[in-house]
Amino acid sequence: MLQIPTLESLNMGVAIPALSVAVWACVLLVIDLFIPKEQKSRTAWLAAGGLVFAFIANLFTFNTSGDAFLGLFVADRFGGFMNLIILVTGFISIVMSIDYLKRIGIEKGEYYTLMLFTISGMMFMVSANDLIVIFVALELLSIPLYVLSAFRAPDVKSEESGMKYFILGAFASAFFVYGAALVYGATGTTNLPQIFQTISGLDLSQNSNVLLLLLGSGLVLVGLGFKVAVVPFHAWTPDVYEGAPTSVTAFMSVGAKAGGFGALLRIMIVGLPSFVLIEGANAAWQQVMWIIAAATVILGNFVAIAQTNVKRLLAYSSIAHAGYILMAVAAAGTAGVGEAAATAALIYLLAYAFTNLGAFAVAMAVEKDDGTGTNIEDFDGLAKSRPILAVMMTGFMLSLTGIPLTSGFMGKLFVFQATLDAGLVPLAVIGVLTSIVSAFYYVRIVLNMYFKEAPGDEAKGATPYLNWAIYAAFAATLLLGILPAIATGLTEGGLFAVIP
Amino acid sequence: MIPTEMAVLLSVVLFVLGTLGVLFKRNAILVFMSVELMLNATNLALVAFAQQWGEETGHLFVFFIITVAAAEVAVGLALIVAIFRTKKSINIDELHQLEG
Repeated sequence: MLQIPTLESLNMGVAIPALSVAVWACVLLVIDLFIPKEQKSRTAWLAAGGLVFAFIANLFTFNTSGDAFLGLFVADRFGGFMNLIILVTGFISIVMSIDYLKRIGIEKGEYYTLMLFTISGMMFMVSANDLIVIFVALELLSIPLYVLSAFRAPDVKSEESGMKYFILGAFASAFFVYGAALVYGATGTTNLPQIFQTISGLDLSQNSNVLLLLLGSGLVLVGLGFKVAVVPFHAWTPDVYEGAPTSVTAFMSVGAKAGGFGALLRIMIVGLPSFVLIEGANAAWQQVMWIIAAATVILGNFVAIAQTNVKRLLAYSSIAHAGYILMAVAAAGTAGVGEAAATAALIYLLAYAFTNLGAFAVAMAVEKDDGTGTNIEDFDGLAKSRPILAVMMTGFMLSLTGIPLTSGFMGKLFVFQATLDAGLVPLAVIGVLTSIVSAFYYVRIVLNMYFKEAPGDEAKGATPYLNWAIYAAFAATLLLGILPAIATGLTEGGLFAVIP
Repeated sequence: MIPTEMAVLLSVVLFVLGTLGVLFKRNAILVFMSVELMLNATNLALVAFAQQWGEETGHLFVFFIITVAAAEVAVGLALIVAIFRTKKSINIDELHQLEG
């Protein structure tokens, strides 16, 4: 019989950070109607205020662990840490957007509400404990991003970007959800801990459900692989990143990846760690992750060398970075390394979030009002016209390469350490070698800024809010590089509420 | 009672048809319909599995998928209309401003 749950049994308290963002997005949608057209920056500050509230609420719930909504949603340190990354990213992105939107003439209130909706989708996704919730959160994350990518309509590039993202995103969601259906068919449940228990109880070597499970988890991986843009599901990334407004690109290159990897790590570590085909071997999906991670870092880094547009270059660089995070996911397939691997992925995402936001923010400052001017030549001579901006960009480029004293180095260090712990030595070697290759194209931007003549057109977009965002990202990049203990301290004491 | 295998087999056929449609159709609306076909194949599989396991999670999942598909339709058709206004075409092969 259907039972109506009591309000207490839902235990909504632990979900307040994600819930508050979702509710505030709905409220802001109405409030925005009463804000006059020329004062839309008020909507931005209201949206940012909502994120600050959620951030504070997240600090309170950070150390609590427990499930809400009858096991559909789980609050633990992993989700709390991811929420920190997502909320800070969202806040910086909103602050960056205020002047930028005005400058390129698309200042509309919906932009900020859509941002809040996609942020709440990400937050639900990293704390989802059930395949149904992951699916709904994935769509809540994606659908506003399709609209945001096309926000510059009727600019044909932006519309094309939105259309491509939409078609491939919907295609990927269909794969994900079919995979979820097959996993349900194999196990009879969509709840991740229950999937884990069911799989542990089965003798997979002679169970007919193993084919369903194999196919199902494979399709789930394909669906999430599209979202985080790993090879061979990366083809949409450069086009979408180039065509979308740069503030949106900056946000989605970090936020959508955080959401996707949050769900991927949770599915793999909580749901499928015991999915072992041969007795005593590592999880069946480790080999696949290994190959995808290696292919992703190699392709991302080598194709980035050939790029002339900085937005496209950063798109390929973001593919490469997804590959490094996927290395940590692959490492989680070895029994006992799961926790360390998840920590490495979290640190890497945090480091990458600040650095990448900063790099895109500098690109926004250099960009012209009509959306052009993001080629590598447009950075020529930036050190003369905007010395501070050039120093910041150098910092971000070095951090993306992984030079010591920057956050990027710490991220890579943790990921390679986890990979070695898991016994995947060749993968770690590939990681180090491709990092060296990546220096080639990152340093090229730095050289252009310092050793080429200025074209005379200085970065007009460097407005006060954007500058603050760049300074904050730069400070965080350095701080995490010098004192990584700030981030690692937050991960201590068990990441997942349900440790298998 | 229809055996689960038959229903799942049909859903696989529909899913593959949808996938082929997305890959080979050039009209944005047809591509979009193919995605819907994939989602409905999923619904069929879920209902079949729910019947096999004798519990209702699968049925619930179907409701969520139907709702989300409706939201996707709204955004997708809006994008198609916007593109049509600018380019007077919804052939996805003609979307090639972004290459390099």
